[in-house]
Amino acid sequence: MFKAGHFTLKPAPFTYHDPHSVDDAVDLLARHENARVLAGGQSLMPMMNFRYAMPDHLIDLNKVGELAYIHVENNALHIGAMTRQRDLEFSDDIARHCPLLKAALAHVGHRQTRNRGTLGGSLCHQDPSAELVNAAALLGATMHVVSQRGKRDLAAAEFALAYMTTALAPDEMLAGVTFPLPTQGTAHAFVEFARRHGDFAIVACSAMLGLDGKGNIAKVALAISGLAHAPVRPATIEQALLGQKADAATFKAAAAEAGKLEAGADAYVTATYRQHLARMLTYRALEQAATSATENHHG
Amino acid sequence: MADTRTIAVTINGTVHNATVETRMTLVDFLRHELKLTGTHVGCEHGVCGACTVLVNGVSARACLMLVVQCDGQRVATVESLAGDRKLNVLQQSFQDNHGLQCGFCTPGMLMTLTEFLRDHPEPSEAQVREVLSGNLCRCTGYQSIVDATLDAAKKMREAAR
Repeated sequence: MFKAGHFTLKPAPFTYHDPHSVDDAVDLLARHENARVLAGGQSLMPMMNFRYAMPDHLIDLNKVGELAYIHVENNALHIGAMTRQRDLEFSDDIARHCPLLKAALAHVGHRQTRNRGTLGGSLCHQDPSAELVNAAALLGATMHVVSQRGKRDLAAAEFALAYMTTALAPDEMLAGVTFPLPTQGTAHAFVEFARRHGDFAIVACSAMLGLDGKGNIAKVALAISGLAHAPVRPATIEQALLGQKADAATFKAAAAEAGKLEAGADAYVTATYRQHLARMLTYRALEQAATSATENHHG
Repeated sequence: MADTRTIAVTINGTVHNATVETRMTLVDFLRHELKLTGTHVGCEHGVCGACTVLVNGVSARACLMLVVQCDGQRVATVESLAGDRKLNVLQQSFQDNHGLQCGFCTPGMLMTLTEFLRDHPEPSEAQVREVLSGNLCRCTGYQSIVDATLDAAKKMREAAR
């Protein structure tokens, strides 16, 4: 018998689970082979519609209320993995305590995708140029991972294992993230180049800058996405910036070094072009951060 | 054996009880089960915005949600906009400003803008352009869509006065 429904199902068959607690979710993950957790669905659902991803068990976390929270405690911002990007965008705590994260979110997808998309979903999808992945690298976030075997914490750099691959074992899931709050008096900038607003960046660069009383660089961090499988924190460039005067010449020298970092190529964008963008965006990020650091000083 | 669930979802104010395959997306449920073909499906991976609907008043890609996730939720589609064979203010502004050419992207545009104008009654042109970045118009008639949106915002403000 003809039934329209048979022709209109995009994802391959799976068994659907909708646990209400983390305990139940990790129990399901431990018991089932080829299981995937579903967060906001803005990356996994497209992959399932195209049948790039064909899990036998789909564990939907949308009813696990304990995974959605934002709170500030002990000089750190604690965010649950299932917190929607929309809620991060409109959070007063994030605007006040971690403006870099808010600046990064302005480049993440679109209104409709931020309404559903989550912090944890973006970090676990681990697109090399995802803005939230970049922010986690810049701020030195800690990933809180759970499984039935217990809990473990991973630094952002350890979490990003390979191209679009996290260090999560098949029975593990991300429960939450801790972002250390930037020290008082530091300023930040997030800049990127994408072909269309809301696309993943070709290259993105974030900067955190703190100046001493003489206008010299006392604290600095840089994270550049789009060159490798994960954002690059160029330690040599950061070190060389310390103690320098926060002016155009200093930033130009740092940017020139950023333009020499190793870059990968793909079918659309050459390595040379990515290096060019890394140079331009590093300069802009440092300059913007310095401008806002100076304003902080005088304001 | 197909994995199914029985759900109750409120669509445009009407409760629908249905037994669905858990892998059925919301947009396919709307179009193929309820025959509500106003919601269009374009890219099927969340890029084009043609399938945008409101879930509990908030815009979402209907191709990136499973209908089983809408159990107990409220969904509004483009069919909810016009009342009694009369276009609403936003729809009328689209017609008046030539805000559509082929019309394929229009349902998604309208639903995105329904949420946007509710939250931003006095939008700037830049804000309108930014919110529309999530909806592709392959006729590229964006200028008319921006004009229609600003016109609708103005008329809504006048009506509220």
